[in-house]
Amino acid sequence: MGMGRTPPVGLMRITCTVNGKQVSADDVWAGESLLYVLRERLGLFGSKNACEQGECGSCSVYLDGKLVCACLVLGGQAEGREIVTVEGIGSDGALHAVQEAFVEAGAVQCGFCTPGLIVAAHDLLNRIPEPSTVQIREALAGNICRCTGYAKIIDAVHLAARGLAQSR
Amino acid sequence: MKPKLPPAALMSGRVGEPVRRPDAALKTRGDFPYSSDLQVDGMLWGATVRSPHPYARIVSIDSTEARSMPGVRAVLTHDDVPGKKVYGLEIPDQPVLAIDVVRYWGEAVALVAADHPEQARRAAHAVRLEYEVLAPLTNPELALTENAPRLHPDGNITRAIKIRRGDQNARADVVVTGEYEVGMQDQAPLGPESGLAIPDGAGGVDLYIATQWLHIDRDQLAGVLGLPHEAVRLTMAGIGGAFGAREDLSMQAHACMLALRTGRPVKMSYSRAESFVGHVHRHPARMRYEHGATRDGKLVYVKARILLDGGAYASSSTAVISNACCFAVGPYECPNAIIDGWVVYTNNPPCGAMRGFGSVQNCYAHEAQMDKLAAALGMDPVELRIHNAMKTGSTLVTGQAVDGPVPVAELLSRIKVMPMPTAVSGDHLDLTQMPGGVSNTTHGEGVRRGVGYAVGFKNVGYSEGFNDYSTARVKLAVADGRPRVEVHTAGAEVGQGLVMVQAQIASTVLGVHDVVVLGADTQVGSSGSSSASRQTYITGGAVKAASEAVRDRVFALAESELSGLGRGGSGESDGWRLESDAIVSADGGVVITLATLLGEEVIEETREYRPRRTSRLDGETGQANAHMQFAFAAHRAVVDVDVELGLVKVVELATAQDVGKAINPQAVEGQLEGGAAQGLGLAVMEEIQVKDGVIRNPSFTDYLLPTTLDMPQLRMDVLELGDPNSPFGLKGVGEPPAISSGPAIVAAIRTATGREIKRVPVRPHDLTL
Repeated sequence: MGMGRTPPVGLMRITCTVNGKQVSADDVWAGESLLYVLRERLGLFGSKNACEQGECGSCSVYLDGKLVCACLVLGGQAEGREIVTVEGIGSDGALHAVQEAFVEAGAVQCGFCTPGLIVAAHDLLNRIPEPSTVQIREALAGNICRCTGYAKIIDAVHLAARGLAQSR
Repeated sequence: MKPKLPPAALMSGRVGEPVRRPDAALKTRGDFPYSSDLQVDGMLWGATVRSPHPYARIVSIDSTEARSMPGVRAVLTHDDVPGKKVYGLEIPDQPVLAIDVVRYWGEAVALVAADHPEQARRAAHAVRLEYEVLAPLTNPELALTENAPRLHPDGNITRAIKIRRGDQNARADVVVTGEYEVGMQDQAPLGPESGLAIPDGAGGVDLYIATQWLHIDRDQLAGVLGLPHEAVRLTMAGIGGAFGAREDLSMQAHACMLALRTGRPVKMSYSRAESFVGHVHRHPARMRYEHGATRDGKLVYVKARILLDGGAYASSSTAVISNACCFAVGPYECPNAIIDGWVVYTNNPPCGAMRGFGSVQNCYAHEAQMDKLAAALGMDPVELRIHNAMKTGSTLVTGQAVDGPVPVAELLSRIKVMPMPTAVSGDHLDLTQMPGGVSNTTHGEGVRRGVGYAVGFKNVGYSEGFNDYSTARVKLAVADGRPRVEVHTAGAEVGQGLVMVQAQIASTVLGVHDVVVLGADTQVGSSGSSSASRQTYITGGAVKAASEAVRDRVFALAESELSGLGRGGSGESDGWRLESDAIVSADGGVVITLATLLGEEVIEETREYRPRRTSRLDGETGQANAHMQFAFAAHRAVVDVDVELGLVKVVELATAQDVGKAINPQAVEGQLEGGAAQGLGLAVMEEIQVKDGVIRNPSFTDYLLPTTLDMPQLRMDVLELGDPNSPFGLKGVGEPPAISSGPAIVAAIRTATGREIKRVPVRPHDLTL
């Protein structure tokens, strides 16, 4: 269980845009991940820490519009860039259609995977507004859910696609 | 000072309605606070120093350097444990921090608290430990022998079970034998072990924690901390899944010790790698079976030898081996049986509770045996099962007659006739549907399809004389001009939907629309564990009982108020019911609204609910009425196998399960789907690889979990046959889906490949070499 690491090299101030607002974090260690900065420095706990090596997708966020695992991005790499987290998907007080669909379809159990799935499903529907089940399965294959067996998650994405199509 | 916790939501919904869970919206927004999200000002971070050896004597611990490092506030060892130095669910054999010996790789040895989690991790690394490394005992067969090193004072056998039923010398026309092995599965809840301990300044502590059973944590912590129960208060934080992984203590005692020592709030949150050594796993099993049957396919006897590797500490091993033996034959009538089971200590990672709890392992064996027997008899495997299926009144090998619906034959008949998926066609090649997937390893060449069936069962609730009960406090009062019910229990919402179920039950009994379920904590009596598929039954039963007590007082109050007004008298309430926030008479007229009746009055009742008592297995014969309810499910699997590469694609699963009564049908479906996925995982991909006592794959990169590309569609047939003994006729739902799903998949792989598969998870080389 070796934990040997080199000591930190200085502390950083990181300034970036998160969910449309410019924010900065002080005294960031060089080794802190974007996930750690979002959670522990900026108080945005929606992105989840389940595997912290990019396998489970629970910390999925947009970085300059691209879907990434925040655990695999260094905090310092976020400097000057634009991040959207699960907290930025809905609007104040209202759920986004993807979020509504997850609630409606029963796609949420323990919910630890849910924020990552919301961001990943949101990204999928941006790219492919009416995905097939196969496309949904492929797009969400990087998001592990241990509770649901995925059936209701796939239902939810179809439901969200229909909802978004109607509102267009 | 309190961290942010899951809020109590206003809910409504009746028993049987497919209601939306109240926490779902928050969870989709990322606003639901889990135990790993807890924080308060001035909080320190704890880290754990863990053993790099599976078995070693501790020669010395030197924390001088660690203490002097920046940000470090405390370094603790076993010397600092204030109370009892060992704990355990059934046997107090596990040191809070290793004392003189470490018995598994990753065992906790020392603790650090520091300002930043990385400072804590580095200081943990700087604690100097000198070990005398010992040869680990990692083979459970060897652990049974006289010459093996004794890992605990009473020897290496944690529990031995002997079941003897009927004629011990029974002979049969047709005999089949088999040996089967099940690997070590991880519960892999996505939420890491985590919590926040806050000292109260008066020697006590408040712990915010994700656990399956607050009160058993509290009882163990009070002992370890040397504090009275009232000085150790637990409050449930948001739980990111459990599946058995949160039955034992992980970081609870450690965080409390650090908080009490530093006088500061201390948070601990495991990494995924640490989580793999921070909780117990599903017991690996080695099983040898012999089935004897008549020529027309009736079981005459079953002989089984079941060996479970319990790893370094007991955890719930004694109950797991009991289940593995009680249900060793599967849900079949069998007049004669000789079942011997052992669970042993080794220097492998400790094993304990995981969804299915002993019934998962034996199902692989008894279902493989039934298929072998069918082949030997030239019978259809489903027909053979139906021919031997338990029914109401059938007797288990433990001598217990099973009452209530026992729909084994019906479940099998139903999955047999469900529509089949279409075969792969070359015209519209979809690689995601192929074995090997988008790795593009086949376009159908070498792919064989197989269909397999399995059925399983297990007990609901705690067995063998355990004092299983739950407590509920239900309060009825008027809020904002409307009657509102408040429910308070300590039951753990692990994701299964317990909060909503409690609200539905209270709403149904009291006929009140608005229900609030308060957060779980130790300010109310125990609810028992969110384990053994028991919460809806037992905590649901407690909420029902407390709600009925409130209803009785409402009726009494109404009788007395109305007689005061000259509008009736004693006995008036016959035929009354509560509906739509009012008392309604037999003819449907509103007698009085609850808002009017109650005014400022608050009616509150607390009830404990106990299901029927059970008794301990007889030591010599294993005979007893050891279980209070049984739940059954059957699965059919359709599997494609690339027989050249040994790659498997589960094409479809189908299931039928009797849930007695679906309190929340949407949540029930979620249990059936999620449980089947965990069964699939054990069948074809999930295994903690342990070599010489060391876990080789403690990460989600190397421990493979089913994804959307692995888990196929699940066809479902949910039966509601109603158990006459349980609240609303319900049955425990959570575990049966995880029992027979995997064995059905393995049966399908056998059909596709013609190979005798003896071990799960099935690996490519098992299918090709």
